[in-house]
Amino acid sequence: MNALILSAIFGVIMMFSGIALKQKSIIRNIAIAGLFLLLLVNILEMRGILLFEIDTRGMIIFDRFGLLFDSIAFFSTLIYLLLSAKDMEKTGVNYAEYFALIFFILCGITLTSSFKSLLILFLGVEIISIPLYILTGSDKKNLKSNEASLKYFLLGAFSTGLMLMGIALIYGSRGTFDTDSINHITGESSTLLIAGLLLLLFSMSFKVSAVPFHFWTPDVYDGAPTVFTSFMATIVKAAVFIAFMRLFYETFSVFKGQWQLLVGIITVATLFIGNITAVFQQSVKRMLAYSSIAQAGFMLLALYAMNGDGEEGLLLYTTAYSLATIGIFAVLIKMNDYTFDGFNGFAKQQPLLAATLTIFLLSLAGIPLTAGFLSKFYMLKAAMQAGNNNWLMIFAVLMAAVSVYYYFRVIQAMYFKTTNAKTIEVTAGFKWTMAILASLIILLGVFPNLLLYWFYF
Amino acid sequence: MIALLLILIPLLTGLISFFTKNEKAVRAWALFASLITLAVSIIGLTLLKDEKYLTFHAEWMSSIGSSFSIRLDGMGQLLCLLTALAYPLVLVATWNTSYRNSNNFFGLMLLAQAGLMGVFLAIDALLFYFFWELALIPMYFLCSQWGGERRIQVTFKFFIYTFIGSVLMLVGILYVYSHTPTRSFDITSFYSSRLSDPQQSFVFWLFFAAFAVKMPIFPFHTWQPDTYEQSPTATTMILSGVMVKMGVFGMLRWMMPVIPIAFYRWGDTTSFLAIVGMIYASLIAIQQNDLKRLVAYSSIAHMGLMCAAVFAENSSSIQGVMIQMFNHGINIIGLWIVVEWIERKFGTRKISELGGLAQKAPAAAVLLVIIALANIALPLTNAFAGEFLMFTGIFTSHTRYNVWFTVLAGLSIILAAVYILNMIRKVFYGNTNNVTVAAIDITWSEKLALGIIVILIFWMGVYPQSLLNITNEISESVLQRANLFH
Repeated sequence: MNALILSAIFGVIMMFSGIALKQKSIIRNIAIAGLFLLLLVNILEMRGILLFEIDTRGMIIFDRFGLLFDSIAFFSTLIYLLLSAKDMEKTGVNYAEYFALIFFILCGITLTSSFKSLLILFLGVEIISIPLYILTGSDKKNLKSNEASLKYFLLGAFSTGLMLMGIALIYGSRGTFDTDSINHITGESSTLLIAGLLLLLFSMSFKVSAVPFHFWTPDVYDGAPTVFTSFMATIVKAAVFIAFMRLFYETFSVFKGQWQLLVGIITVATLFIGNITAVFQQSVKRMLAYSSIAQAGFMLLALYAMNGDGEEGLLLYTTAYSLATIGIFAVLIKMNDYTFDGFNGFAKQQPLLAATLTIFLLSLAGIPLTAGFLSKFYMLKAAMQAGNNNWLMIFAVLMAAVSVYYYFRVIQAMYFKTTNAKTIEVTAGFKWTMAILASLIILLGVFPNLLLYWFYF
Repeated sequence: MIALLLILIPLLTGLISFFTKNEKAVRAWALFASLITLAVSIIGLTLLKDEKYLTFHAEWMSSIGSSFSIRLDGMGQLLCLLTALAYPLVLVATWNTSYRNSNNFFGLMLLAQAGLMGVFLAIDALLFYFFWELALIPMYFLCSQWGGERRIQVTFKFFIYTFIGSVLMLVGILYVYSHTPTRSFDITSFYSSRLSDPQQSFVFWLFFAAFAVKMPIFPFHTWQPDTYEQSPTATTMILSGVMVKMGVFGMLRWMMPVIPIAFYRWGDTTSFLAIVGMIYASLIAIQQNDLKRLVAYSSIAHMGLMCAAVFAENSSSIQGVMIQMFNHGINIIGLWIVVEWIERKFGTRKISELGGLAQKAPAAAVLLVIIALANIALPLTNAFAGEFLMFTGIFTSHTRYNVWFTVLAGLSIILAAVYILNMIRKVFYGNTNNVTVAAIDITWSEKLALGIIVILIFWMGVYPQSLLNITNEISESVLQRANLFH
């Protein structure tokens, strides 16, 4: 509750700061301070200290899982702003508004991670989506950015329509929006309810870019200004995934038999299309777009498995994936050349950054000692416990092996190839943040309980 | 304590190496570190043999039943000794080879050593998997950065091959784990997983994928000759001397006792593959004109024999495999040292371009001939003891095809004699030509390394009991566990 209200307030503050303040560095610092505060009050809430007491009539319940994810999302956003906030200046003139929109998105994230009513889910997803449409099109002079924004908006609106339709059907069958009340079997499960469930499944699959609802992802991620692609592909995606999982764990778990096979098929298709297509990309930015689809495939295993391991694993997975991807994007934003060749000889010019990038890429590929390995491991463990799906697991790990191919192309370019192109300039603070981020990934890869401990404490 | 030190020393010294800019200093530092590791390993073997020194246990991820448990048992002792011994030998023998960014080179080499030690020590399956991958990553960087012309593609192929194998093994590990009564990755709880016959077969192939690629077993061997050829020779020595043993070791520790039924069931199939691979690799080795590729194919043949012997599942074959892992590691490092010297001195590895080296470099010729004879398992050399035991084991094994396996495997020994003696004849005897006419003999560093190897060859050849004593107990206990079921 603390974070929900404070993020909305900060969104408004940031909007007005654009008018009141002319200096960009002050605006940036206010935003970073705001996120600090947000993280702080959220942790306070985890300790049981509430700043606001509002009766939500059971529509939102801030439980441990939701709050922990909020903290992760705020922390990732903080890192993201520390690394990339300066690069937003290049995008357009309305610097303060970008921060305002990001705060509004965070407000939506607190809703989607803690909803107990389908209405709140809808509200949260919309609060996330609408600022994203604007951020995608924020590079107004760029045709690609406009195209991406329009495409995203049209398809996004369509999937929102599906979601609303689904919720309406479920309401029609059960007469309630409350997740717990829906989640029990009364007589035979009605066609109306199952139809609603499927519509929700499809619309959420769209939001997390699962195959076959992924077609918008590469174009939108590629067209959007790279700073905002970084935010969209990581924190937002993670938040929607958490909402997706909560929805199915809490609302539809008793109907598992009806949807599990379908989710299994979507998982396989997502893993396959995401990984195979990523292999053929020439631009690192597009590769990361497909990699985000491929990683979504792995995260879907948590949904498929539907057990405690899946829940823990998804928290770890979203953290590992977000942190690593934010790190890679932070460097990519500064590059002049987005192709793989643009990274040639990078290790000679920026040895520290190249080392951190290597750790991020190894984490995404799932090599032990990084958080990425353990999160994949948790996913497989969850799927194993769900039983009777050995072939799904073998398929998933083979696809993980395919992913090594495109992640390692960046490493090869950085370390084993040379170039005469000029180096990128970064500040010492940037390097330090990257180094801390990389050590965090290794720390989580060795002691995942540091994060999961918060879940039980 | 000893067990922990074997991992920690290379790990920490390796990390320090990265920050040492002076080439001479970092080289000396790496040698110093590897000598300390060797000393610790020998102390563990002789002085502090008590169980409390050889095991280490710490809580790690207790929520999922995994702990940081390492133990130095007989099999681990032998392979850790091999790893500890290989590093000083390699570093001394390549003392005069210079590398760009040598701090990174030696740092990665030492990190790889830490990974290898971990593989041989871990008695927790998840920890084993961690180290299994950790040994691979430094190797990938070593080969792709300091290797030959085609190094990037070749090493990448190597990496992808082994990575596919390892992730399949990960699924296997998880599968066994989910059937353990206590939900733990500890090896003892793996022993008590009661998998049914088809379940064991499923796990068998998942594990086998990882180990077969690593060894490598025909038809998963295609990465190996290219990688050996393109890697810097110091790395190749570690790869072929120590790293391929990870595959055999993995079978002995994680497959045979854990899934005995499937291990027995599929024994004939895999032995057949191994023996086909032996003949095939030996025939190719005869055709080779490139010294590195010749040694690479000979290594495939030797590993094939070890694989066949593992599946023979009796005490003489298992004992033979264990001591042969050590002996083959020592011998092949010796061969690589000579190959490296030839390449560095003459700029070529083509057998047809060399000749008459014995006149110019008598010391090299004598030492190489001894090592080469050990490689074809002549009596009095170390490999004879191991191969003899393995052949006895294969001949007396339970399978219907024991005679066939023995005869065909024996054929490869003859073929080995053909290519090794042929190589010696063409490279060291005959007349000198323009390339070799100005040759000078090996220097002190190579003499030292080769000398130590030759001493070990004779020692283990005349008195193999010193190795057999180490592995006796563990091979009996492994076999006992495997034979409970048939």
